[in-house]
Amino acid sequence: MKKRRAVIEYLLPVFAYIALIALLGIVFTVLVEGLPLFKSYSVFRFITGKEWRPTSEPPLFGALPLIISSIFVTVSSMLIAVPIGIATAIYLSKLSNPFIKDFLKPVVELLASIPSVVYGFFGLVFLAPLLQKIFHLSVGLNGFNASIILAFMALPTIASLAEDAISSVPVDIELASFGLGASKFETIFYAVLPAALPGIFTAVSLGFGRAIGETMAVLMVAGGAIGIPNSIFSPMRPLTVTIAAEMAESPVGSQHYMALFSLAILLLLFVIIFNLLAEYFRNKFSFKRG
Amino acid sequence: MKRVILVALVIVFAGVLFAGCKSSQPTEQPVNITINGSTTVFPIAQKEAEVYMNKHLNVNISVEGTGSGNGIAALIDGTTDIADSSREIKQGEIDKAKANGVNPYEIPIALDALSVVVNPQNPVNALTTEQVKKIYVGEITNWKDVGGPDVPIVVVARDTSSGTYEAFIELALGKGVNITDKAIVQASNQTVKNTVALTKGAIGYIGLGYVDSSVKAISYDGVLPSKETAKNKTYKLSRYLYMYTNGQPTGAVKDFIDFVLSSEGQNIVDSVGFIKVK
Repeated sequence: MKKRRAVIEYLLPVFAYIALIALLGIVFTVLVEGLPLFKSYSVFRFITGKEWRPTSEPPLFGALPLIISSIFVTVSSMLIAVPIGIATAIYLSKLSNPFIKDFLKPVVELLASIPSVVYGFFGLVFLAPLLQKIFHLSVGLNGFNASIILAFMALPTIASLAEDAISSVPVDIELASFGLGASKFETIFYAVLPAALPGIFTAVSLGFGRAIGETMAVLMVAGGAIGIPNSIFSPMRPLTVTIAAEMAESPVGSQHYMALFSLAILLLLFVIIFNLLAEYFRNKFSFKRG
Repeated sequence: MKRVILVALVIVFAGVLFAGCKSSQPTEQPVNITINGSTTVFPIAQKEAEVYMNKHLNVNISVEGTGSGNGIAALIDGTTDIADSSREIKQGEIDKAKANGVNPYEIPIALDALSVVVNPQNPVNALTTEQVKKIYVGEITNWKDVGGPDVPIVVVARDTSSGTYEAFIELALGKGVNITDKAIVQASNQTVKNTVALTKGAIGYIGLGYVDSSVKAISYDGVLPSKETAKNKTYKLSRYLYMYTNGQPTGAVKDFIDFVLSSEGQNIVDSVGFIKVK
């Protein structure tokens, strides 16, 4: 019995560190494959270049249009998903009755388990023609389509985690607010939500991670044009799409191959920066009792 | 008792597995053939290899699609038996091969016709070389400039690293010409077709095998793409697809190439959407 316990005690940390090893391995690989590009191509040209022409002579690896596309698509999907997600969370945790909550919450969470290729297909055959008709666009595969699809994909993460955050606000805060004569809405918006804010930031940052990293669905609906988008209705080519579409056909070890890994470095940087920001705000608004 | 039974079972399993492995060993010497090169030729090579391996259990063929240039480079380095290519070998490559003691031998195995397609609702039925070129570089942006309705043109293209993209650039636009950065970029023939089918103002290019009623193939310089016009070379966007070997093929490689060129092999070419050469 004692021996078994000792084995478990030694084994569990090993498993726990697997995640760390995987993370380091990924970062290491991406850096090793991507950084050599900058021996032959300046970082400045890479980040500010306006043209991505990896197979022309000489090749141009200007990542600016791809960066702008990624930001465009991710930010606008968040503009859609965050308000809807938080509204859903407030309704589910404070306003709906238990029966509705027991029904709606699983439905929202089910949305998260739909494979991304199915989302992409939906965007391709349903949303694209619809957008074309509503907005009189010449093409339905564009940044707006991708934003809507990404919003749907990030929504369950945001709604579900924000709901958990709101529900876990201690009930005495609510009661104190009622005791001071505040109405239900005043209590939710001025007492409960501020207290749940750190948890809501976690929800949003995970939703953001889902949106910026999504590849398959975006590949299918964003349009993939390499120009700098001038509106949300332009076809776009986010970072993930470029990596996925071109990796298979770029010769291993070539400049193009290294450039694709450099795009992955950019993507990792974005996610890290955003997580740091979220962490900062989480601490800043962290609820302190007393 | 339980332990005895378990041990006995394990022994039986091991014995059966061992015997199984033994008996599945081929009686003939195993032969390996490697094929590397064009992604356009890849589906043909893949299918041919599958069918061939089913008939010759001792032959193992590995097929890779890394691009025509890479395939030929591999042939020159001696790391592949057959190089697939969607273009003719260049003089520079022949010189390099000769210097390496390799003698590239060209075998045309199929024909491909890139079809320019538009949405079926589009009344435009024909475009000239010049018009297609101007549309693709972004100089003509509305169908009314080429005899159609006042609808903006949505240019659909393939990823820059695709073989079909390269072929289109070479045959239709001229080498070194860049496609407009407004072009919608799709990853495969199938998705180009879907986009054109769903978008009123779209124009795209796909392999002849992919053309069906959901899109409308238009005539290019007065010639409609078809198996006949590709064969007699009146359709300008047609090209041969090749396999290259080091010298005339011999042994197992010759047997495989003969199969590709046989009527059964050529039917496979037809079934994956390309045009027979025999």
